[in-house]
Amino acid sequence: MDVSQYLEIFIDETKEHLQSLNQQLLVLETEPENTETINEIFRAAHSLKGMAGTMGYKRMQRLTHDMENVFSEIRNGKMGVTADLVDVLFKGLDALEAYLSNIQESADEGTEDYEDIIKQLNTILNIGLGKETKEVPKAAVVSAEAVVESNSDTVLRYKNLVIADYEKKAINKADEIGMNAFGITVYIQESCILKAARAFLVFKALESLGDVIKSQPEVQDIEDEKFDFDFSVILLTKVSIEKIQSSVLNVSEVKDVVIEKIEADYSEAVEAIQDNHQVAAEVKEKSNTVAAKAPVQQAGTAAKQQPAKPVVNRSVRVDIEKLDVLMNLVSELIIAKNGLVSISSSDKNSSNGSGFNEQIEYLERVTTNLHESVMKVRMVPIESVVNRFPRMIRDLSKKLDKKMELYMTGEETELDRTVIDEIGDPLMHLLRNAADHGLESNEERMNQGKPAVGSIYLDAYQDGNNVVIEVRDDGAGINVEKVKKKAIDKGTITQEQAELMSDKEIIDLLFRPSFSTAEVISDVSGRGVGLDVVKTKIEALGGDIEARTKLGGGSNFIIRLPLTLAIIQALMVELGTEKYAIPLGSIQTIEDVQSSEIKYVHSKEVINLRGTVIPLIRLDKMLDVPETDKQQDNLTVVIVSKGDRLAGIIVDNLIGQQEIVIKSIGKYINNNKIIGGATILGDGEVALILDVNTLV
Amino acid sequence: MDGNMIDSKQYIVVKIGIEQYGIDIKYVDNIVRMQRITRVPKAQSYFKGVINLRGEIIPVMSMRLKFDLEEEEATGATRIIIIKLEPQSAVGIIVDEVKEVVTLDDTMVEKVSNSAVEDKNGYISGIGKHKEGLISLLNIAGVIVEKETV
Repeated sequence: MDVSQYLEIFIDETKEHLQSLNQQLLVLETEPENTETINEIFRAAHSLKGMAGTMGYKRMQRLTHDMENVFSEIRNGKMGVTADLVDVLFKGLDALEAYLSNIQESADEGTEDYEDIIKQLNTILNIGLGKETKEVPKAAVVSAEAVVESNSDTVLRYKNLVIADYEKKAINKADEIGMNAFGITVYIQESCILKAARAFLVFKALESLGDVIKSQPEVQDIEDEKFDFDFSVILLTKVSIEKIQSSVLNVSEVKDVVIEKIEADYSEAVEAIQDNHQVAAEVKEKSNTVAAKAPVQQAGTAAKQQPAKPVVNRSVRVDIEKLDVLMNLVSELIIAKNGLVSISSSDKNSSNGSGFNEQIEYLERVTTNLHESVMKVRMVPIESVVNRFPRMIRDLSKKLDKKMELYMTGEETELDRTVIDEIGDPLMHLLRNAADHGLESNEERMNQGKPAVGSIYLDAYQDGNNVVIEVRDDGAGINVEKVKKKAIDKGTITQEQAELMSDKEIIDLLFRPSFSTAEVISDVSGRGVGLDVVKTKIEALGGDIEARTKLGGGSNFIIRLPLTLAIIQALMVELGTEKYAIPLGSIQTIEDVQSSEIKYVHSKEVINLRGTVIPLIRLDKMLDVPETDKQQDNLTVVIVSKGDRLAGIIVDNLIGQQEIVIKSIGKYINNNKIIGGATILGDGEVALILDVNTLV
Repeated sequence: MDGNMIDSKQYIVVKIGIEQYGIDIKYVDNIVRMQRITRVPKAQSYFKGVINLRGEIIPVMSMRLKFDLEEEEATGATRIIIIKLEPQSAVGIIVDEVKEVVTLDDTMVEKVSNSAVEDKNGYISGIGKHKEGLISLLNIAGVIVEKETV
């Protein structure tokens, strides 16, 4: 069976199930009696097993099967939830995730069996149920075998089927149109591990030959492996017994199949033949549901069993490449619009100017709407990244032997898909940092009169054109003196420099490459990958990160990310003859400043703007713009901000606000990150986009 | 690249200064006339800036600057060769003139092994002999990808 076309779905759904299992297990750990959670876990595990089986991932299926067994006993109240059990289950989830990542990479689950986890699970199961109960399933197997032994030769099990009236009608009807009704009993080898999978394949084979109108046990039960080693079906078909036999035996690990024609001699059926239409419809319906059930099963066992299952993810999955194409189309549209705008402004006295303007207004409206809708398609709640963190904090708590609790808000905040994909690692790093370095040990906290349980907060919220994600803890905070000392020891700064630096500047040193304050390199963090990597990553996304800290009160890392990467509102400015775009999101105000108002602090130019001292940046010098010989008394200063830091950028001329499409300038050209990208203006000229974050 | 030309390659022959260079045609995406170039501040000195090629932003480098030659005014013959090493990142190189396309098979290519023609930057992958002239075959990846150390 070719299942590759389902691989994508399988991966996505498995991810969702694993995520839900993770979350539910966390709940279960604190509320071991929560039956709803137990049911939820059971369903998720069960679906996982079914999906893995269908896809032919046997190891994965085996592991989930054993996990499901445990959940099943818990659900039936035969055993309780213990801390040990939860640990093993989490290990099991990790193993499943490992399988999944293997599958993602190579479509193969790999060869790791995780025997230890399976053994642990079974041990816990045995202990939980008590030794003697352990024998029960074995006995059941034996008896089942015995039954098969004694019956297989003589008794055709399909004869035990209770055939309902409408099924009888269907058989009669089939007989009329030259189809035969066969009773089929399939015996599966006792050694078979995945009975349900075999059964699924048998069903698939039979459905390709005709209509399965009845099965014993029900399809649902067969898929749940709620059958011994045989099952029976009634098949309406035109093909011969031999054909059926060979295609069923084709499925591996089928021991035997017995087929016999069912004679259409149900007397009651005669009267029903008058009602042909209805019968036909019913046959169709019935066979359809059976046929449909099996494939649907892969996806939605849980949904079928319990309609109240919470929706894991409502989002539509869209191929990101298709989206990119769409985005490019939109960018071209906007470029076209800009072209029109520039024609119109240069051609003011043309006769039908008003119609032209109308056209532009329309185009403008279309592009704006298109832009918005495309952006919305690309937006994903940050939830998909952060929902794995509670589990991580739980593990860290155990590993570090520190009590801690993670509080998250704003999981529904949406970010561009490309940002979402990249932001996970930096956030994880910051959380690990908070857990490892930020929070003090339990005793230390008690001594300081803090609550024993440390708190870590992950807050996401939208702020204008940015999304802000804060990672906070109520731990010790960053010891500025320690950082200073370390920086001097390392030769990053000199003693003299250190004395001049503000606390904030010292803390910013942490973001320098290979500057780790971890005294002891631990398993959790301090593996040479430091905040600098986090910073680089976030800057690559067009965002920035800032650290705030209070000694003894905890630290706070604030990440700002742009909502989207592709189209922004920008202010076009002129420097000499060159044009640059400054993203509007980072502009506070635009001021006219007399050159006499410029003051000097530390021999740097600043202005005092309504009580705030703002450093000035001579952008033309910074960018080596060819000098023009004009001396201006009246300076145009664009006040930009990064977080709460301000700077004034001196420009020669303002052109105006424009919607621009950000394009990459490629990876071969270096520019100290001052240029965040480029855009194409209406006349085809290229203007560079300033990355304000690197200036401030 | 075709089945019957396993050991021969096609090169675009360009002139830079007084020398002839060959660029493996499989990397060449396009050849365009000189364009308006937007300067990129703080870029490597041999990068002239970026151009707009039908809506795509492409950085362009001057081969003259790269090869430490005197820079000259662009003439009518000056061309920008758009090179694509990877699908997503194109780069343009400015050459004085595009002369022709030649097919060289392995027997016509001298590997650079003796010190006389060896170039320390690894820009040259071999010397092609074509008719009367010699063509320095550019190791185009080496020319483009090289990271500025200074």
